[in-house]
Amino acid sequence: MAVSAPREKLPPSVAARPLRGRRARGRAVRRFRLVALYALLVPLSVLFIAPFAWLVSSSLKPLGDIFVWPPQWIPDNPTLANYELFLGLGEQDARSAEFVARWFLNSAFVALSVTFLQLFFNSLAAYAFAKRDFPGRNAIFVLFLATMMIPGQVTLIPTYLVIRHMPLFGGNDIWGQGGHGWLDSYYGLILPGAVSAFGIFFLRQYMLSIPNELLDAARIDGASEFKIYWRIVLPLTKPALAATGILTFMYSWEDFFWPLIIITSPELYTVPLGLTLYVVRNRTAWDIVMAGSVLATLPMIFVFVLFQRHIIRGITLGGLKG
Amino acid sequence: MAASVPVNRSRGHGRRVKRDLRRSWSAYLFISPGLVLFGLFTLFALGFAFYLSFHEWSVIEQDRPFVGLENYRDILADQRFHRSVINTFYFTGASVPLTLTIGLLIALMLNQPIRARGFFRTLYYLPVVTPFVVVAILWKFLYNADFGLFNYYLLKTRLIDEPLLWLSDKDLAMPAVILMSVYSGIGSAMLLYLAGLQGIPEELYEAAKVDGAGAWQRFRHVTVPQLAPTTLFLLVISIIYSLQVFTQIFVMTGGGPVERTTTMVYYIYLSAFKFFEMGYATALAFFLFAMVLVFTVFQLRLYRRYGAGI
Repeated sequence: MAVSAPREKLPPSVAARPLRGRRARGRAVRRFRLVALYALLVPLSVLFIAPFAWLVSSSLKPLGDIFVWPPQWIPDNPTLANYELFLGLGEQDARSAEFVARWFLNSAFVALSVTFLQLFFNSLAAYAFAKRDFPGRNAIFVLFLATMMIPGQVTLIPTYLVIRHMPLFGGNDIWGQGGHGWLDSYYGLILPGAVSAFGIFFLRQYMLSIPNELLDAARIDGASEFKIYWRIVLPLTKPALAATGILTFMYSWEDFFWPLIIITSPELYTVPLGLTLYVVRNRTAWDIVMAGSVLATLPMIFVFVLFQRHIIRGITLGGLKG
Repeated sequence: MAASVPVNRSRGHGRRVKRDLRRSWSAYLFISPGLVLFGLFTLFALGFAFYLSFHEWSVIEQDRPFVGLENYRDILADQRFHRSVINTFYFTGASVPLTLTIGLLIALMLNQPIRARGFFRTLYYLPVVTPFVVVAILWKFLYNADFGLFNYYLLKTRLIDEPLLWLSDKDLAMPAVILMSVYSGIGSAMLLYLAGLQGIPEELYEAAKVDGAGAWQRFRHVTVPQLAPTTLFLLVISIIYSLQVFTQIFVMTGGGPVERTTTMVYYIYLSAFKFFEMGYATALAFFLFAMVLVFTVFQLRLYRRYGAGI
């Protein structure tokens, strides 16, 4: 608009020339800016990705080559021996980690359990808070919201003690004495994370947008509340469920603090815990550690590539991490 | 229909009350799993924490005497705790602004009409996707004094004359941990800023251009104010996370050297699970709670103001 206005007043031949010049100059400036942008972005990206390249490269080297200066970015003697040692395949030595396959199964089992329990419990509660009217609803909802303010560390120690004194489990009597309760068990890993105030809040906000008429119509048709939740509300909440579910899975997979505190048996280690404690015990086995690190990362990359859109949506909607 | 309503009113009303009650019951049933777990692991735990903080409570000893406010009084005199608060503030004060600034710069670059934007976005998000302990282990490897890449390239470019000790140097350990944390946090900041940038209406830039604003002025007077909600949100959330820094400390430095990287949560961990002073550790946790609470309240107010989708 601003450009075309003077053209009407001037004869075409006069107006076109400076305009074309200006446009060409604009294009040159834009091209220069783009080149400058790439000149900044590409080296920065290389720098950013370098640690990962080094991780993969080191995982494929015999121990001796890892310490060589100048660094070998492309291994001179590539080998998969580190992976075999870490996974306990083939020939073993004193530095082999035990139960590594179990760590992966444990992580997968715990992360999947936490994710599905959370999706189920969170969405049940979210539905009740969003679409039902019952005495005490607002008070209970505010109570849930208030717990979002409590950092995990405050309840960490008492939760640890609650887990430890869980009655009738792990050798405890009915008063929760005498044994170790849910410490060092899947129950202890899964149940404290099986519901999340943030998840309830997030899903409730989403469910508020479901039209009430839809639910009322189902009620008139005689559908039970659970059926309404299961057949109408859940399918309509799918995008939000996917977003929170994937974030919960990733968060649970890489959780470190809680397993560190409650798990003592190597066969119950999750991947982050097993890997870290392996590093603590074998300070110089960098070859095997690098192989283990690559393996621990692969499932996350896989999930990310598969669900990238949901993840980005979930993060931009609801903050950094669930 | 219209004729039958008045006739059946009383019976219908009774039935409706009964149905309401039944429906309410199911609502309570719906929230009960969440409520039970919350009751146990949050509400009861919170009350129990309060109780613990007034006791000398060791897992290994049977005697758990009530000590009143002694735990809290000890905290005020505990030099190691003061050190950990200073360390935590140092960490937060440096890592949060750096992460946000670099995240914004990268988001601004990726918001230009470049090729393979999705590829770059994934690349910068990669450290966020990677399990955090892996990033920490990897950086510990890079910082290694004898064969780490940092020393190699710094020596080679003659920026330093002799190898740095990084994580074992008492003045370098915390900056090294901060650098690693910034690296792993940039992706999240970048992603949120990118979403924020894409939400800025193009007309604002057009209008600014018509008014003769240059690139810097457009950034200063359009982009920055339009991103204010994102920045505020990121700031608060990053501060809350940073105040609770633990994993990278455990993996990379173990709180050393000479407690230069012992943060609050690491100190709480030591008190509870190395020295077995559960009561004292819980009192420490309440201190942390008080600090985090200020920012959490702020965060909830942001939620209310901008809704869930910032």
